[in-house]
Amino acid sequence: MDGFNSSNIKVINFDALIVGGGGSGMRSSLELAKSGLNTAVISKVFPTRSHTVSAQGGITCAIQSDDPNDDWRWHMYDTVKGSDYIGDQDAIEYMCSEGPKAVFELEHMGLPFSRTASGRIYQRPFGGQSKDYGKGGQAARTCAAADRTGHALLHTLYQNNVKEGTNFLNEWFAVDLVLNSNNSVCGVIAFSIETGEVAFLRAQATVLATGGAGRIYASTTNALINTGDGLGMALRAGFPAQDMEMWQFHPTGIYGAGSLVTEGCRGEGGYLINSEGERFMERYAPTAKDLAGRDVVARSMVLEIIEGRGCGENKDHVFLKLDHLGKDVLDAKLPGICELSKTFAHVDPVYEPIPVVPTCHYMMGGTPTNIHGQAFTQKEGVDRIIQGLFSVGEAACVSVHGANRLGGNSLLDLVVFGRAAGKFIQEDIKSGGGCDDPSSDDIDRSLTRLNKLNSSNSGYEVAEVKKELQEVMQNYFGVFRRGEFMEKGVQSLNNIREKIDNLYLKDKSNSFNTNRVEALELQNLFEVAEATAISALERPESRGAHARDDFPERDDANWLCHSLYNPVNKSLGKRGVNFKPLQVEAFPPKIRTY
Amino acid sequence: MQLEINIYRYNSETDAFPYMQTFHFNKPDRDIMVLELLNLLKEQDPTISYRRSCREGVCGSDGMNINGKNGLACITPLSEVLKGNKLDLRPLPGLPVIRDLVVDMEEFYAQYEKIKPFLQNDSTPPEIERLQSPEDRDKLDGLYECILCACCSTSCPSFWWNPDKFVGPAALLQAYRFIADTRDTRTEERLDALSDPFSVYRCHGIMNCVSVCPKGLNPNKAIGSIKSMLLKDSAKSVEPIRVIEQA
Repeated sequence: MDGFNSSNIKVINFDALIVGGGGSGMRSSLELAKSGLNTAVISKVFPTRSHTVSAQGGITCAIQSDDPNDDWRWHMYDTVKGSDYIGDQDAIEYMCSEGPKAVFELEHMGLPFSRTASGRIYQRPFGGQSKDYGKGGQAARTCAAADRTGHALLHTLYQNNVKEGTNFLNEWFAVDLVLNSNNSVCGVIAFSIETGEVAFLRAQATVLATGGAGRIYASTTNALINTGDGLGMALRAGFPAQDMEMWQFHPTGIYGAGSLVTEGCRGEGGYLINSEGERFMERYAPTAKDLAGRDVVARSMVLEIIEGRGCGENKDHVFLKLDHLGKDVLDAKLPGICELSKTFAHVDPVYEPIPVVPTCHYMMGGTPTNIHGQAFTQKEGVDRIIQGLFSVGEAACVSVHGANRLGGNSLLDLVVFGRAAGKFIQEDIKSGGGCDDPSSDDIDRSLTRLNKLNSSNSGYEVAEVKKELQEVMQNYFGVFRRGEFMEKGVQSLNNIREKIDNLYLKDKSNSFNTNRVEALELQNLFEVAEATAISALERPESRGAHARDDFPERDDANWLCHSLYNPVNKSLGKRGVNFKPLQVEAFPPKIRTY
Repeated sequence: MQLEINIYRYNSETDAFPYMQTFHFNKPDRDIMVLELLNLLKEQDPTISYRRSCREGVCGSDGMNINGKNGLACITPLSEVLKGNKLDLRPLPGLPVIRDLVVDMEEFYAQYEKIKPFLQNDSTPPEIERLQSPEDRDKLDGLYECILCACCSTSCPSFWWNPDKFVGPAALLQAYRFIADTRDTRTEERLDALSDPFSVYRCHGIMNCVSVCPKGLNPNKAIGSIKSMLLKDSAKSVEPIRVIEQA
């Protein structure tokens, strides 16, 4: 498998090509398949193996089941506040107001939601939720299928795509975007993992739905496949990434294993304790306590550990206490957590607390898009749509999460914006949208990376370089950050760059070659890590998940804005936050307390 | 202690036949999962091929045959499966091998698609969700949680024998998941589609599916429910027996 060029690879034509078979990708494809457009989903794993499957607690949406007076505007207020005011208010408004329709559609498709006594969808309390714009106490707004909501959602979407006859290119890996002379995106270069066959997948619309990249960190709740492949492709093509310093550390990853323990545990009444048995969140967030924003809870936990009140032999974690909820509640509401906890922490939550520690969980940043999923770049400070390129879900930064995502908002983001992009692309293609054909040179350029890797005779081992990268990110870009450490981190990444460009592919086989896939994934991880490092170093303030102990205050005068990382010259620019929702008054920035 | 790990290797490009390759590995201090062990071996030999994704037992990628029993590598601790210091890892049985521990799942997925694994309801949906009582929703527990790992179907001798005609435990579990769903209106049609001699009746209650399911589900029970519904159905269509009067 060497020396691929435009004349020796196959071209397969589609109207719309979705890269990624998780929640957002399959919600887009469902909309497009129903419209009769020639749509394909390319996924490096069989779709139900995508990371959406690991989402547990639920999908947050004002469907007025728990509280008939609930209001999507309250959800919007919570989300704006949660974002530490750099979430785009037009996008948040769209998500919160369209949300109920999108959730009811999922139910009609068959999603097995848990139910209330009156037969409606069961909703549980989650962090950062309030009634009446923060004045009416804790809300219960997260729609749940026990603690397996992501699994139920992903399978339901796959099932409905089967029903609508979506084309799936399963176990195909997308390598790079193909750009024509106008810098429009015309599809991707990809190969079949099973056979090694390489093809140019030509499309009028290419949707990056490739999820997050939590694997840039050594410790993460993310699946092994979360390697930022779409973002890596976009960055290599010279397109910007927004708010990349904003990484969410989930308060409750299982100590040692990293597996997620849903915030729903605290929603159902569980709480965190330190080595003294103290419910310490009462000190940090007197009102919301354990249901404060995730960034707030994660930092509080780290402070407890730093101050010597951590649990265990090394005093390096805290405990999540659930036993007081009783076996019946745990069996009914949190069966998956009980299973995970027994397997990975050797603890039965019915009797003992679960050892937990803040763990990298979610990428708030990504390819900047508008509410239709259209990706854009900037020229002289002005947003310019990238013809042919779309992005949805965790890969995108629309931005509804700003500097900190609220629990349960990621699944809502997936279905609302997956659906919106699908609807927009239908209209766009039917009205003649699309892009001119690329030249053979354009196609060859996008084959360079694959050809170079295939022809490597020596170089660096994938597994070693990956470990090195993950250690750098873990050590210098964690929950708390400091300029001098981050400078060291950026320097280390500069050294790793040379290795990334010279990886050794030991296995040259065409048959299910996972060595090749892992090498290409590592190069994507690196692009994401570098964008993260530079963005973090160059935002001199603390906001949401980005906490700097050398700049502990929020700086609204200078940084009430998105950061926009330009991969071409590795510089960080600024981009305005949208404060112009259409149906309500904008929520102005306030001091953020819980 | 040195572990002796035997891994099934096959690459159609280079190997005429599959073979078992032995790796020696120092037993780790703590009890690790089989997947972690494989990941460590792959650092030494990057040519070993297997599927993996979530590494926590919810995505169903890494089903394989571990010391003779199907299971998910990511939630199977070494302490549970080692025989002395030995561990044999083979691909799921009964499906064609693509490479090493990777099998071709096409037949398995084809059976899944055959049962129409999506909710069908002929009425127009309401503005909000369709209502369902908690009791009716409870009927889906033990069914909807399937992760399509194929551990059950590939441990089933009936599936080995007729993978094209016997639907297999995984897909039958899903067939019953939709039959049991009060929101689905195509129960009759779903039962009719399973009423031939092969689709469901090739299940002989061997119960391997139950003993290997990594999620603790019971396909055999679901199959039993389908069979009894089919029986009731057929009883309905039989003419009632008349008592012949004595002359």
